[in-house]
Amino acid sequence: MIESGHVLNVSHLTVDYGNENTPALALRDVSLSVDPGEFVGLVGESGSGKSTLAYAILRLLHGGRVVEGSIEVSGQNVYELDSNHLRKFRWETVSMVFQGAMNSLNPVLTVEQHIFETIRAHDESVTLTALRSRTDELLDMVEIDKRRAQHYPHQLSGGMKQRVVIALAIALNPKLVIMDEPTTALDVVVQRAILDRIGEIQKRQRFAVLFITHDLSLVEQIAQTVSIMYAGKIVETTPVEQLLTGTLHHPYTRGLLNAIPELLEDNVAISSIPGHPPEITRLPSGCAFHPRCLYAKDECRMSPPILKLYAGSWIACERLPELEELYSDQ
Amino acid sequence: MKFVAQRFLFLLLSVWAAITINFFLPRMMPGNPAEVMLARYQGKLNPQALHALALQFGISHQPLWVQYWSYLISLLHGNLGVSVSYYPTPVTTVIAQSLPWTLALAGTATVISVVAGTWLGVISAWHRGTIVDDILPIATTVSSAIPYFWMALLLLYLFGFLLGWFPLGHAYSTIMVPSWSAGFVGNLLAHAILPLSTILISSLGGWLMSMRNNMLHILDDDFMTFGEARGLSSRRLVYIYAARNAILPNLTGFSMALGFVVSGALLTEIVFSYPGLGYQLFTAVENEDYPLMQGLFLIIALAVLLANFITELIYARLDPRVREE
Repeated sequence: MIESGHVLNVSHLTVDYGNENTPALALRDVSLSVDPGEFVGLVGESGSGKSTLAYAILRLLHGGRVVEGSIEVSGQNVYELDSNHLRKFRWETVSMVFQGAMNSLNPVLTVEQHIFETIRAHDESVTLTALRSRTDELLDMVEIDKRRAQHYPHQLSGGMKQRVVIALAIALNPKLVIMDEPTTALDVVVQRAILDRIGEIQKRQRFAVLFITHDLSLVEQIAQTVSIMYAGKIVETTPVEQLLTGTLHHPYTRGLLNAIPELLEDNVAISSIPGHPPEITRLPSGCAFHPRCLYAKDECRMSPPILKLYAGSWIACERLPELEELYSDQ
Repeated sequence: MKFVAQRFLFLLLSVWAAITINFFLPRMMPGNPAEVMLARYQGKLNPQALHALALQFGISHQPLWVQYWSYLISLLHGNLGVSVSYYPTPVTTVIAQSLPWTLALAGTATVISVVAGTWLGVISAWHRGTIVDDILPIATTVSSAIPYFWMALLLLYLFGFLLGWFPLGHAYSTIMVPSWSAGFVGNLLAHAILPLSTILISSLGGWLMSMRNNMLHILDDDFMTFGEARGLSSRRLVYIYAARNAILPNLTGFSMALGFVVSGALLTEIVFSYPGLGYQLFTAVENEDYPLMQGLFLIIALAVLLANFITELIYARLDPRVREE
């Protein structure tokens, strides 16, 4: 494949967690790209395959197999790296903030030891003085008191642990930081503070971010591009402004947007999407969303739709041209 | 420091409790073993000799608290009374002579077993799903399922009797004079190999399995994946991440095992006529040697308490969450 300017280029990725008899496709034909310095939001329900994509990028799929497609980071195919280069690739090029920040730290190591070992694993010749000053710098960036460096994880609050994990993620100046629901386990106030911090650091350090969340309103504030995932497939990729201005969207995206309460308006009525997401071992034929879609017709049950560019957004829907009419009829 | 002082105070308190129970328990039993023993000599010895014996065995009709007090005083002087079966050797001397053998045999066996078993457990868990992990747990489960006195008899029959590779019993050949010469040390080792192997073979599996189970739990933890994602070396992930955390729940088991080293590998010592504390306990029971039994129980209790104390200190060093406050 030709080297593009993308820092991350996932193309036609299919990941299977099942066996020969019962395939369990967590990702189906997923294509996604992230430009240098870009902030991309990846939104979907639990079980839609968001985290699987994150783990696949770092080649950390335990039990899952890439059966099709490729992942390139800065033009290098991740699945062609030997073990030594893979170890270097992890964290030097791509780092990740895990979903369970509460349990991401080794209980028997201090904050400082975590930072030291991370840097040492990639640069054996680094001096203690350099390690110390880098630690101070990193903790300063995530607004943690220097004295916390000597503390163990159990002595930190959830928000502080998450900040430490973020500090670790940026320790080696990676080109891409994947954030897998980095604020889900935190209360709203702390969430806000962490999100602001991420935004500031990202602007200063100029790394790209793939921000995974189930909270569409969260990425609206921070991302440039948003991809919506449903049942292991990306159903829409759109610039963030288009989410806010309400142009044409995939019926699923539309459902998600309608589920966000508008607190500043008098009418706070929200609507939910009827039904449940499918199990990955028993996916509906054609478009996986069709059993829950208000606009589904026979052709939607036939073959899975592909992403098409329409009015500035990439949308995978069989009824794409007619959607505008269908929406206005309501 | 406060933690250490606290634990030490607790140690002193439990030692006192152990001593007190050790004093009162025999006195709450029906009958008086000392008087029964004395009765055996009735008519064979003259009254003065009997009275002298009664004094030596500590038979008195003073109030219990006076007896308790004098018991504490003599303990402080290292006086545990006189052994009946080895009369007139003091109990302390009997124990002092057997203790080194037990420490050397059961102590060495336990330490090797704990270290090797734990290490094999780490290896087995880390290579889960491979042939290593298929063979190790099964092999050691079988070996630890064999009753160890039977294993002792089997080894003794095979390698001692049939093949004649190793001596049949005792700690060293009676014709030899204890010294640090190469010949004597070799003789000691030859005598120790069979009992040592017996304990090893039967206890290794337990350590392996519990370490393996702990490891498998830890391997699924988020911080393992996070460590792997950060590009840490697998050496670091196995030892500093997985094993370091997996070993914590096992420390209590280690301390119990170390404490019970002193009680000796009773059956193993009996089968191999090994002159350790376990063998002494067996003789003491056979000969109704109550002073010796009481002395042995006290030593065992003290060893368990001391091992627990040391483990708690080590635990605090290894697990920062225990060090709090």
